[in-house]
Parts: sequence; structure tokens; C-alpha cells
Amino acid sequence: MENSVKQNPSLKDRMQSFIKNGNGNIVRLLTAVIIIFFLLSVTRYDTFLTVRNMQSMAFQASEIGILTIAIMLTMISGGIDLAIVSTANLSGIIAGLILTSMVPLGSPPVTVALGMVIAILAALVVGVVCGAFSGYLIAFWNMPAILATLGTSLLYKGLGTAITGGSTIFGIEESQFIGNGLVLGIPFPLILLLVVAIIIGIITRRTRFGLNLYMLGTNPTASHFSGINNRQILVFTYMISGILSAIAGIVILGRTNAMNVDFGASYVLLAILIAVLGDVDPAGGSGSVIGVILALVALQFLSTGFNMLLFRSSGANFFKEFAWGMLLIIVLIINHLSAKRRANKTIPEQE
Amino acid sequence: MFKQLFRKHEFIIGLILIGIIIVIGLINPKFLSLANFFSLLRSATIMGIFSMGALIVLISGGIDVSFTGIAIFSMYTTVTILVNQNYEGGMLLPFVISAFLGLILGLINGLIIGVFKLPTMIVTLGTLSLFRGAMLFFVGSDYYNQAELPVAVKEFARASLFTVDTASGKAGLHPTFFILVFLGIVVWYVLKYTMLGRSFYAMGGDRESAERAGFNILRTQLIIYGFVGLISGIGGMIVGSLFRQANPFSIVGSELDVIAAAVLGGASITGGRGSVFGTLLGIILITIVNNSLVLLGIPSEWQKVVVGFFILLGTAIPLAQAHLARERLVRQRIEI
Repeated sequence: MENSVKQNPSLKDRMQSFIKNGNGNIVRLLTAVIIIFFLLSVTRYDTFLTVRNMQSMAFQASEIGILTIAIMLTMISGGIDLAIVSTANLSGIIAGLILTSMVPLGSPPVTVALGMVIAILAALVVGVVCGAFSGYLIAFWNMPAILATLGTSLLYKGLGTAITGGSTIFGIEESQFIGNGLVLGIPFPLILLLVVAIIIGIITRRTRFGLNLYMLGTNPTASHFSGINNRQILVFTYMISGILSAIAGIVILGRTNAMNVDFGASYVLLAILIAVLGDVDPAGGSGSVIGVILALVALQFLSTGFNMLLFRSSGANFFKEFAWGMLLIIVLIINHLSAKRRANKTIPEQE
Repeated sequence: MFKQLFRKHEFIIGLILIGIIIVIGLINPKFLSLANFFSLLRSATIMGIFSMGALIVLISGGIDVSFTGIAIFSMYTTVTILVNQNYEGGMLLPFVISAFLGLILGLINGLIIGVFKLPTMIVTLGTLSLFRGAMLFFVGSDYYNQAELPVAVKEFARASLFTVDTASGKAGLHPTFFILVFLGIVVWYVLKYTMLGRSFYAMGGDRESAERAGFNILRTQLIIYGFVGLISGIGGMIVGSLFRQANPFSIVGSELDVIAAAVLGGASITGGRGSVFGTLLGIILITIVNNSLVLLGIPSEWQKVVVGFFILLGTAIPLAQAHLARERLVRQRIEI
């Protein structure tokens, strides 16, 4: 608003107002990404700055990126979706079962294509239903999101166990393209992540639904009295979260070619870590796709860096577990302190 | 009078529990044997000890998922220290060291949450990863089997207060059950009769009001999370002893079962409500579901579905009760 009144604001002014509008964390994140990239490029130029390394980082980051965008939406609404990973696993399991039963080895291309379409659609439907059920419990039963999704995550995991009997479900050769394929040298999961990011970015920033979502997250009572159908928005949010989880599930099935209910147990923590790192407020009402993507890149660089420094020993994974916990808490504290400072600054200005 | 009872959450859970026991007992009479009873108690004891901490945190309006990390860290580090010292003494020292380590980790949680007023679940998710990662990276990741454990820790697993002979061998009541009973009485007393207990409920009901009323929130939170750490340390040592191995990868992941039991027993996740009795009922219910569905002929793969269903049910009952109470109030007003 201010910018439009001022004539020809200088770049410095524009930067300052950009930071002032609460984007300081984004700028900080971008700086962190550039610094880590620079450090790794200089110290490990022979292994870090290779096409192969970039591709392998993109493969690792894509599925967790899609899951983080899913959890981000629910966090903006003031809740949280702890069922993302079990939804992803359940969808992947269903897709795998359909593929292996519909497309036996050596099938003609038509059967393969048909099987793939049906499997993907089925997985997406499973995701939507899972999300809708969580959303229904939260919106219509007023269940706290943590508890509702805790219960549903156990439920979906249990269903996955019951369907598979605890064993691993495999995909088919053709479905591996979704997880491992390259398009013009770009990993296919990365393309999926970018498409998801752009669509969700548009939905949150440019649609009525997006605006309502932020208002609901900021203050549900106020949004209710301004005529927003809170329940509808909530159910819709968890449905999108379910669809995105299902997409992640299909990618996981494609990448590993083996689906198991216990896969990716640590992903929930990682998704929350990335979301908080990307300046999504766990209390609701704020968060952006750009922040999440930057945080994802920063974390992937760090993760690769740790692996290179610790020579890919098993200790690297343990150290990462330690470091992610530490990082999450430090970021929470920094965000809290900077929000407090911002609040302290604005109060005297109003007087 | 019956109506009054039905409004009590513990009563409904108790009814469900009795119903399940009767059904399982009718289908498979083995369930009602003393040996099975003792073995159920043994599994329930560990969860029960952890649940006392989870209950207090829930009452204060928080949610702590890091206690399994604290438990495993304390137990594994204690065993590592003792094994390196070739310790041959009694069981008291292991418990003291483990409890002390747990207390310190719990206070770290309390400090982060209390000083910076951060969301408890996300902080403890972070510290869970932090504690476990620190243990695996700095202390070690190899597990100690039965032969390597200190003698006292091994012997403690076999301790029994009185035994009964059954067809499949001896079954006994383990002394840790009395640790749970003692803990339950202490927590019940503190919650019901002390100012400290009132401060937990006040904080969970409305943090702002509690602060205005003069409760020191930071001090209360340090006490809560310190206490959770302390009993997690003790609980961790019991786990190591009863399973006769120090496995750094065990227990983490079962924290949600414990929280679910407390919620099932009537603790409100938004704070301000919960009781020791209800929580213990919840623990027994979940233990029976986990251990006895097989006796009913339900495949073990379906256990998680049933547990998930019970969690949702346990959350839905108080919400439905609150809804009914509100409607009653509205109706009364209309009649007036």
C-alpha cells in the first residue's frame, strides 16, 4: 500500500519495506542458503558441485518437500496434520497393490498405461478420503488437530498393516519413472515438487480460499463472524493435505519400488522442522511456500554437507538426528525473539 | 444419580473396560487367569509410570513427546557408565543415576518451554530428536545384551513379591508395580490437595489468568518437565531391566500410546482436566487391546486400527458430553 503512494521507491527502500513486512526471516533464510552453498562449493568443490550430486539432492528433497507443503497448509489453518506420512504410505500401498495385480510382467503398453492411471487415481482418492476424515473430525467434532490426526495416523497405519499383513508391497518397473526418472536431466520428482509448489502458491496467495485460510488461522472467531465457513475451509485444507501426501506416497513408491507401513517415520518431524524453519507459524495464520522451499534447500545442503564431512558413516545419520533437533529449537527461539522485538518496536510507533 | 455417573468420563471408560474384559473372558477363559493378570500388570506398569508424567503435562495444557527419548538416553547412558566401571553393586545406584540424568534433560525441556513460551509439542519433538541423536552419536549405538548388563540390573528383572504356579511356569507380581502405586498416590495427592497441583490445573485452564492470579509459570513449568524427566529416567531403567537388554533403539515411538492412554482416561489435550484414576484405566484398556486381541481371534495386524479407533473415541466422548451439557443448558433457559 505504502509503495504505491511513494513515487519510484529506490531499491533500498523497497528492500527495507519488504523486510519490514515480516519477510525478514525469508531474507535471513536466503542468506543462509547462499552461505552454505558457497562454503560447500569451496571446501568440497570436487564432490558437491557436480551434476550427479545436484540430482541426488533433488531426489532426496522432493518427497519431503511435498509432505512439508501439505503440513504447512494445515499449520496455516492453526492445526497440524500428523497423519501425512501414514496417508502417504497407505496411498502408496494401494497404488502398489493395484499395479502388481493389474499389470503382470510383460503386459502390453496399453495395459501398463491403464494400470498406472488407475493406480495413481486410486492413490489420490485414498489421500483425499484420509484427509477429509481428519478434517471432518477437526471441523465438525471440534477435535484438537493434534489428537485427531494422531488418532487417524494410527488408524491409517493400522489399515496399511492390516492390508499388507506387515509385509512390503512392490511397484512395477514402469512406475519407477515417477521416483527415479530424469526429464532433460531434471529429476521427475523435482518437477512434481515445483508444480505442487506453484499451484499451492497460487491457491494460498491468489484465491479467496487462500485468504480465508489465513484469516481462519489468525483468528477463527473473527473469521466465523465475518461470514467465512470455517468448517468448509478446514475440511478442504485437510483434503489438500491428503492429496499432497498421496502424491508423495506415489513418488516414494516409484523411488524405492517397495512400500512398507513403517517407511519414513522420521519424516513427520522433518516436515515440521522444515516448516518452522521456513517461517510457518505453528500457532497458525502465517507461512508461505517460498519460505518452505528455501528451508528445504538449506536443510538439504546441510544434510549433504554432514554426509560429506562424516564420510557417509552410519554416525552421520545419528548426528543429523541430533542436529535437526538442535536446529529446530534454535530456529524456534530466534523466531520468537525476533517476533518479540518486532512487537516491541511497533508499539511505541503507534503512540 | 445414574445420570450424574454417566457424566463422569472415568465411569464410561470403566464400563467399556469391564465390557471388554467380560467379552474376552467369555470367549477365552485363559484371559481371566491370575498368570495372565500378572503379565498384563507387568506390561501396564511401564506405560503407567510414563503416563503419570504425560498426565501432568496434559493437565498443564502442554504435550510432551520427548519422554521416551529421555528414558532411553538416561537408561542407556547409565548402563554404559556402569559397564565401563565394572559395577557390581545393588540396584539403587543405577536408578539414582538414571533418574538424575532424566531430571537434567527434563529441566532442559522446561527451560526452553518456560523461558521462551514456545509450543510444547514442537519443542519436545525437537528435543526427542536431539536427545536420541546425542545418545546415538556421542554415547553409542551398540546394544548391551543380557551377558553384558550389570548383575543388579539383570537380577532385578527376576525379582518377584509373590509367585503363583501355573501350567506354563511361575508367574509373579513384580515390585515395580509398587513404584507405580506409590507414584500414582503421590501424583493424586499433589493434584488434589496441594497448591502446586492447583497451579497445574490453573495453567491448563487459562495460562493468562493463572499468571495474573500470581502463579509463577516458569517455576511451575520447570517443576512439571523436571518431574517428567525424573520419572522417565526411572521408567527407562525399569525398561532396561525388565527386558534384560539396553537397546538404544527401543521405546522411542511408543510415546503416542502413552499420551493416548491419558487422553482416553479423560485428560483434556487443551489442558485443565484429567485424573490419575482415569489415566490408569486408559492404560489398562490400551494394554488389554495391545495384548489380548489375539485371544479374541482378531489378527494382530488390526491392533493399531483398534488403538487408533479408541483414541478417537476417547477424544470424542468428552466433546460429545460437553455438547450435550451445552444443549441441556440452552433447553433449561428456554423452559425458564
